[in-house]
Amino acid sequence: MAASPDPKALTIPTRRYVAGEPMVWLTAMGLTLSLTLVFFLLCVVVWNGLGVFWPSRVVEFSVDQGGKREVFLGIEIKRQLKRAPGKAGVNEIQIFTGNKENYNGQAFQYFDVSSITTRTPEGVMLVERMERGHAIGQPVELRIKGEAPLKADDAKFDSRLAQLISEVGHRREEIKSFEKGVIGRGAQEMKELEDEKRAMAATKRLDPARIKQIDEKIAELNKDFTDNLDPKRKALRAQQDDHQLVLKIASGEEKVISLGVVIDTVYPNKLSVIGQFGRFLRNAFLFVWEDPREANTEGGIFPAIVGTFVMTILMSVAVVPFGVLAAIYLREYAKQGLFVRIVRISVNNLAGVPSIVFGVFGLGFFVYIVGGSIDSFFYPGRPDPVFGTGAVLWASLTLALMTVPVVIVATEESIASVPRGMREGSLACGASKWQTIQRIVLPASIPGILTGLILAMARGAGEVAPLMLVGVVKLAPALPVGGDFPFLHLDYKFMHLGFHIYDVGFQSPDSEAAKPMVFATTLVLILLVLALNLSAIMIRERLRRKYATGAF
Amino acid sequence: MPAMTANDIKTSAPSVVSHAAGSGAPGVPDYISCRNYSFYYGPNKVLHEISLDIPERQVTAFIGPSGCGKSTLLRNFNRMNDLIDGVHHDGDIIVSGRTIYDPHLEVTSLRKRIGMVFQKSNPFPKSIYENIVYGLRVAGVNDKRVLDQCVEEALRGAALWDEAKDRLSASALGLSGGQQQRLCIARAIAVQPEILLMDEPCSALDPIATSKVEELILELKKSFTVVIVTHNMQQAARVSDRTALFYLGRLVEYDTTLKIFTNPSQKQTEDYITGRFG
Repeated sequence: MAASPDPKALTIPTRRYVAGEPMVWLTAMGLTLSLTLVFFLLCVVVWNGLGVFWPSRVVEFSVDQGGKREVFLGIEIKRQLKRAPGKAGVNEIQIFTGNKENYNGQAFQYFDVSSITTRTPEGVMLVERMERGHAIGQPVELRIKGEAPLKADDAKFDSRLAQLISEVGHRREEIKSFEKGVIGRGAQEMKELEDEKRAMAATKRLDPARIKQIDEKIAELNKDFTDNLDPKRKALRAQQDDHQLVLKIASGEEKVISLGVVIDTVYPNKLSVIGQFGRFLRNAFLFVWEDPREANTEGGIFPAIVGTFVMTILMSVAVVPFGVLAAIYLREYAKQGLFVRIVRISVNNLAGVPSIVFGVFGLGFFVYIVGGSIDSFFYPGRPDPVFGTGAVLWASLTLALMTVPVVIVATEESIASVPRGMREGSLACGASKWQTIQRIVLPASIPGILTGLILAMARGAGEVAPLMLVGVVKLAPALPVGGDFPFLHLDYKFMHLGFHIYDVGFQSPDSEAAKPMVFATTLVLILLVLALNLSAIMIRERLRRKYATGAF
Repeated sequence: MPAMTANDIKTSAPSVVSHAAGSGAPGVPDYISCRNYSFYYGPNKVLHEISLDIPERQVTAFIGPSGCGKSTLLRNFNRMNDLIDGVHHDGDIIVSGRTIYDPHLEVTSLRKRIGMVFQKSNPFPKSIYENIVYGLRVAGVNDKRVLDQCVEEALRGAALWDEAKDRLSASALGLSGGQQQRLCIARAIAVQPEILLMDEPCSALDPIATSKVEELILELKKSFTVVIVTHNMQQAARVSDRTALFYLGRLVEYDTTLKIFTNPSQKQTEDYITGRFG
C-alpha cells in the first residue's frame, strides 16, 4: 500500500462543478418558472377582471354584407383570426351590440374586419336593464304618464330621466322589501302553521281546538293577502310601467323600454377620462354589492361573496379546535410508536384524498345521516327537509374534514418546536402536564396553528367540487347571515364564488356574456382569499411578536 | 390524595438515618438522602449506587466533568427526568423522610416543594408579574392581594425588585440575561419551596451577573436548602458549604467544601480540583 498514488485518482473536478453552480442555476430556474406562471395567471385575471368594468366607447359599425350595408351600434370586444375552415387568415371582429331582443337573442355579432367601416357617434346611450341585458341606441324621447313626450334634444331631458330612474329605483326597492318583508312574513307564518299541523298529524297528537285555531288563522292570513297585500303589490308593480324611454337602434327601428326595468343610463362617448374612471369604480362597486340577474350573467355577486365568506369562517371555526385537539393528543399524550406513526401517515395522506370524495362522504354522512336524524327528531312531518339537505353547515363541516390534516400537521410541528426549557420551567413550578400545555405550549404555538389555518383557508375557500354535493346552489333565495333571527342560518343553501365561476362560465346559456363575469368573479375570489389570509397573517405576526422567544 | 404540607412531612418524618456519608454537621437534619441510587437511560447506567445526604439550609455543590451524572442526579430530585422515555432507577431518594417514588405522591406537589432553576434562563413569554405568579396560578391561587404580595417578596428575595418594580407588566423577555436568570429564581421561590435545585445557573451569565446570583445564593440558604450543579470550581468554593465530586456516574468524594478544596481524601479529587484531569 506504500506505492505512489495513482495520479488519475487525484484529478480535481472543475471549480464550477464543485461549487454546484449548475445546480444553483437549476434551482433558480425552477423558482423563476413558477413565479412567471403565477405572475402570468394573475396578470390575465387582473387585466380581464378589471377590464369588465371599464366603460368602452360605443362605435357605429357599418358592415358590407354582400353589397347590402347594415349598421350596428356596439362595443368592440376583440379581433381574432377566424377558425372556420377555408377562411384561414381572415380577421374577424367581435362586437357587443346589446339589444338582444332585436338580434334574435344574441348580444354579440361577428364580422370580417375587412368588411366594416366605423364611426363614433356622439349621443349614443347605453341603458342598463333588469332584463335582457344592455340596450344601445340614440335616445328619442321620454314618454311620461300624463305629460307630453319629452324630446331627447330638450334641455331638461337628462335631468328628468335621471330623476325618473331614481324614482323607479326607489320603488323597486320598496316592492322588494314589501314582497320579502310583509308578504314574506305572512307566507312564513302560514308555513309555520301548516308545519305545526303536519307535525301534529305525524306524531298522532291531534288537538282539535288548536287545529281549528290554526285553520282560522290561515284563512285570516289568506284573506289579508287577497284583500290588501296582493292589490297593493300589483298597484306598485303597475306604477313601474308608467313611463317609457324610446331609443332608436342602429337599424333605425324605434324601441320602447319601460323605465321600470331601467337601472341606469349613460352616454359612453361623452365621458371624459375622469368620467370613465368614475364609471369604472361604480361598475366595480355594483358588481360587488348587487344580486345577480339574468341567470347570473348580469348584475353582481354579493350573495356569492357572502356565502364564500360565511362558509370559510364556519369552516375555520370547526377545523381549528378539532385539529388542535387531535394534534395535542398525537404529540403530547399518545405513546409514540408504530400505531401513532401509522395514524400520522394516514392523517397526512388524508390531505391527498380527492376533494370530491369528501363531498360524497359529506353528503352521505352529514346530510343524510346527521341532517336526516335532526329532521326526523326536531322537525317531524315536514314535507321538505330542513337539515337533511345541502346546507352551509354541512358544506363547512365537509371542508373542515378535508382541511383538518393541514391543521393537525402544522399544530403538531409548532407544538414540537416549543422550547423544552419552557416546558421544564412550567413543570418545575408544579404545573401539571395539561396546565403546561394550556398555559405555555398552546399560547406559544398559536402562530404555527394560524399558519395551518391559513393553509386550510386557502384550500377550503377555493374548493368547489365537494360543495356541489353538500349545499352550494346557483341562486340562493336568501343569504346565510343577517335577515331574521337567529341571523346565522346554518340550514340555508348558499352561493359560492368558486361554484359561481363554474356555473357562469360553463353552465350559462350565453357563454359570451358570461366570459367577463368569470374573470371578474375569479378576481374577487382571489382577493377574498387574500384578504382572509392577510388578516390571519396579521394576527399571527402580532402574536409572534408577543411570544418572540429571543432568550432561547 | 390529601395535600401534604411541609409541616406534616417534618413531623411525620422518621429521624433520617445518616447511614451513608452523613452530613457530619450535628443538629442539622439531613434533608435529601440518596440510598444506593442508580439510574438508567434505557440500558445505559448513568448513576452508580449513589448514597449521599444533603443537609437542610445549606448550599451543596455538585461538581465533576461533563457527563458525570451530576445534572441527572439533580434532575431526579424533583423527578424532572420522568419526562424522558425509557428511564428507570434502583435504590431510593428520600426527601424529608418520604420517598419521592411513593406512588401516592403527586409529582406536581413534589415539584412545588422542590423548585428548580435551569442552566439557560427560561422565562415564559409573559409579563414579569405573570412569570412570578405562574406557580401560584397553576396551584389555583387567584387572589390579587396574595399574588401582589408574593411578587414583591419573590422579587426582593431574588434581588430583582429594585430593577423590575416599575415594569412588572412588561414582557419578561425584555430583561437582560442576568435579570432573566434572577427572574427564574424569583419564579422558583415564589411558590415557597423547601429546596432549590440549581443546574449550572450561572453558566450563561457574565461575571457581574454571576456575582449577583452568587450573592443571592448565599442569601437564599437562610430559608432554603440549595443544591447547585456547577462547572466552576471557584464558584463551588465561594458559595457552597458541602461539595460532592462525581466522576463517570459515581460519587467520588462528598464532604465539607473546605475539606474538599484543602485536604481531599481521594487522589482523584485532588487531581480534579487542581485541574490535572477533567
